[in-house]
Amino acid sequence: MKIHIKNGRLIDPKNNIDSKLDVYIAAGKILALGNCPEGFVANQTIDASNQIVCPGLVDLSVRLREPGDEYKATLISELQAAVAGGVTSLACPPDTDPVLDEPGLVEMLKHRAKQLNLAHVYPLGALTRQLQGKVLSEMGELREAGCVGFSQANIAIVDTQVLWRAMEYAATFGYTLFLHAEEPFLAKDGVAHDGEVASRLGLKGIPSAAESLALASILRIAKETGAKVHISRLSTAEGVAMVRDAKKQGLKITCDVSANHLHLTEHDIAYFDANCHLKPPLRAQRDKDALSAGLKDGTIDAICSDHTPVDDDAKLAPFAEAEIGATGLELLLTLTLKWAQQEKVTLLHAIGNITQASAQILGIQAGDLSVDSGADICIFDANEYWKICPSALKSQGKNSPFNGLELAGKVKTTLVHGQIVYQNY
Amino acid sequence: MNNPQLDKDGRLRHLLSIEGLPKNILNQILDTAESFVGVAEREVKKVPLLRGKTVCNLFFENSTRTRTTFEIAAKRLSADVISLNVSTSSQSKGETILDTVDNLIAMHADMFVVRHSQSGAAHFIAKHVPDHIHVINAGDGRHSHPTQGLLDVFTIRKYKPDLHNLRVAIVGDVLHSRVARSEIHALTTLGVPEVRVIAPKTLLPAHVEKLGVQVFHDMKEGLKDVDVVMMLRLQNERMNGAMLPSAQEYFKTYGLTQEKLSLAKPDAIVLHPGPMNRGVEIDSSVADGAQSVILPQVTYGIAIRMAVMAILAGGQGNSSHGGQA
Repeated sequence: MKIHIKNGRLIDPKNNIDSKLDVYIAAGKILALGNCPEGFVANQTIDASNQIVCPGLVDLSVRLREPGDEYKATLISELQAAVAGGVTSLACPPDTDPVLDEPGLVEMLKHRAKQLNLAHVYPLGALTRQLQGKVLSEMGELREAGCVGFSQANIAIVDTQVLWRAMEYAATFGYTLFLHAEEPFLAKDGVAHDGEVASRLGLKGIPSAAESLALASILRIAKETGAKVHISRLSTAEGVAMVRDAKKQGLKITCDVSANHLHLTEHDIAYFDANCHLKPPLRAQRDKDALSAGLKDGTIDAICSDHTPVDDDAKLAPFAEAEIGATGLELLLTLTLKWAQQEKVTLLHAIGNITQASAQILGIQAGDLSVDSGADICIFDANEYWKICPSALKSQGKNSPFNGLELAGKVKTTLVHGQIVYQNY
Repeated sequence: MNNPQLDKDGRLRHLLSIEGLPKNILNQILDTAESFVGVAEREVKKVPLLRGKTVCNLFFENSTRTRTTFEIAAKRLSADVISLNVSTSSQSKGETILDTVDNLIAMHADMFVVRHSQSGAAHFIAKHVPDHIHVINAGDGRHSHPTQGLLDVFTIRKYKPDLHNLRVAIVGDVLHSRVARSEIHALTTLGVPEVRVIAPKTLLPAHVEKLGVQVFHDMKEGLKDVDVVMMLRLQNERMNGAMLPSAQEYFKTYGLTQEKLSLAKPDAIVLHPGPMNRGVEIDSSVADGAQSVILPQVTYGIAIRMAVMAILAGGQGNSSHGGQA
């Protein structure tokens, strides 16, 4: 299958390209950019006039809910959502049921995802068995089965000795740890940022210090052990400053922010909107500003969707009892574009935050349009508005704090391995 | 965003919290309550305003006092009243809140009085009921207890009619208190110039000053020259733990004694939402003393609840009943 994508504006952050270039694809790979290679005859031509052609998005945090929670979402529903959102590679945290701490489970997940032939799935293995924070998982075996890194999902390792050993062991083999920084005692029973809004609404708060305390331990131990650590979903101004400082010191630290936290604050909870019950909680305006600044100056490497599909019934409860999470895969691109526009950031920079930066963190071959690389491509119309509503989403998770908004940036075509896996005209 | 408590014409549709209610609606409730105070003193303690209506007390959290006063209020308005302790029935069988509510709507309930241990529960129910159903929040988690806040300002107004010249201190566990939040909003909305909170840091929410109050940690400073002292109940489970070392130490530092009360103005009044922990947050000599208005609070509470129900029922075009008060 040979495909010619013509007349598009090609943006490839890794190669620092932002110009009108055609793309030629053959045998699942990018054969050439710009001029037509000699003898190339396309089986299919995609006209990308007035559209942007960029690498398929790489999402660092996507809950697929399989195995175990198929009533919330299934592999097929969520991978369809992924390609509808232009996401062609994604990492999934290990907090499934059963937990991804067995090589067999990882192989099965990889195998099933591969059969669907949609987005590539890169599991993060459980760092400790059952995510209990006590015994290390068989990282070597899990790595062989296909895990690209190790994570505790949202569950903290309370025992600092275990955290230290986990980092030492991972550092021995060069594995990356994906950690969410939240001190569990300070965060206990908390459902919202411990600030003005939680005080007013009488919701139990999670102080910013819950993030900075956990982060302080993680960074200190990372420094001692030389481990590669990725901080998932940073949420506070202080956290951004700490990561900035750690990077200056030369620690092997990367981090991401969720698209939700780039746009929302505690005030969006309004009258107990359960769609805003997220982890980490939506913080104050100054935190949002600091996250944005951190993303601009490179302290924060990537934007993730933190896609967490929840079934409708689980959200039909008072705020604290409503299940945590929001759908995100199909919003990652549009929310990133919105951020770039608001903050006057170039598309080259912003798209880099959802493509090559994430791919680099995962250590995978993706997120760029170099010649000879796999043709995972997202083609979108940056100026087409669409309304966020349950019927517009492929994901089984329909809950979003952005429901009802009209946002710009609609994915028109998604290619994986040089094959069209999604089209919307 | 739309204020979920008001209909499109700005009339009260649900009573969920004091916050977000304009001053004129608060005054409307207080003034209406004024006309109901006398009903209890009549030989026939009833008015027919809610005749033919069904009021459903839906208590997901146990309560005796609040439920009883709501029951009495509804009965004095001639409503049919059903009281359900849901904590001990359907919820333990796994029924969701909305299932419970839907079933009662199917039985033609007109008004729900809801108490729940989660903040936002009343908002949640209000969001899901059909247009003709009214929801009154009788306490949701730490968030709000609007009729308590209203009856407190009603009581204050009875004894200190000029709200614009008052200094009010709220003492105790503000962090966990829906009563305190409602009192603060009621007082500030009605123009009380100085509202103080007095508590140890462990019992104050983050950024409490943003609610428009002055923060004190010392009773001697905080009570100085106040006109009104509003005590809060200290829940038993907070007494020994990481919040406070002991009930004794709490009483010593924050319990209201005659000695501490003498720092307030000589004619200061003392309120407490009940039930009281004598010897913990309040000394018996104060609770039963000349400055205490704790029992009048209870009496006025019925008038306030009658007023809220009457306004809600009347606001839906039932003006034929509205004139008979």
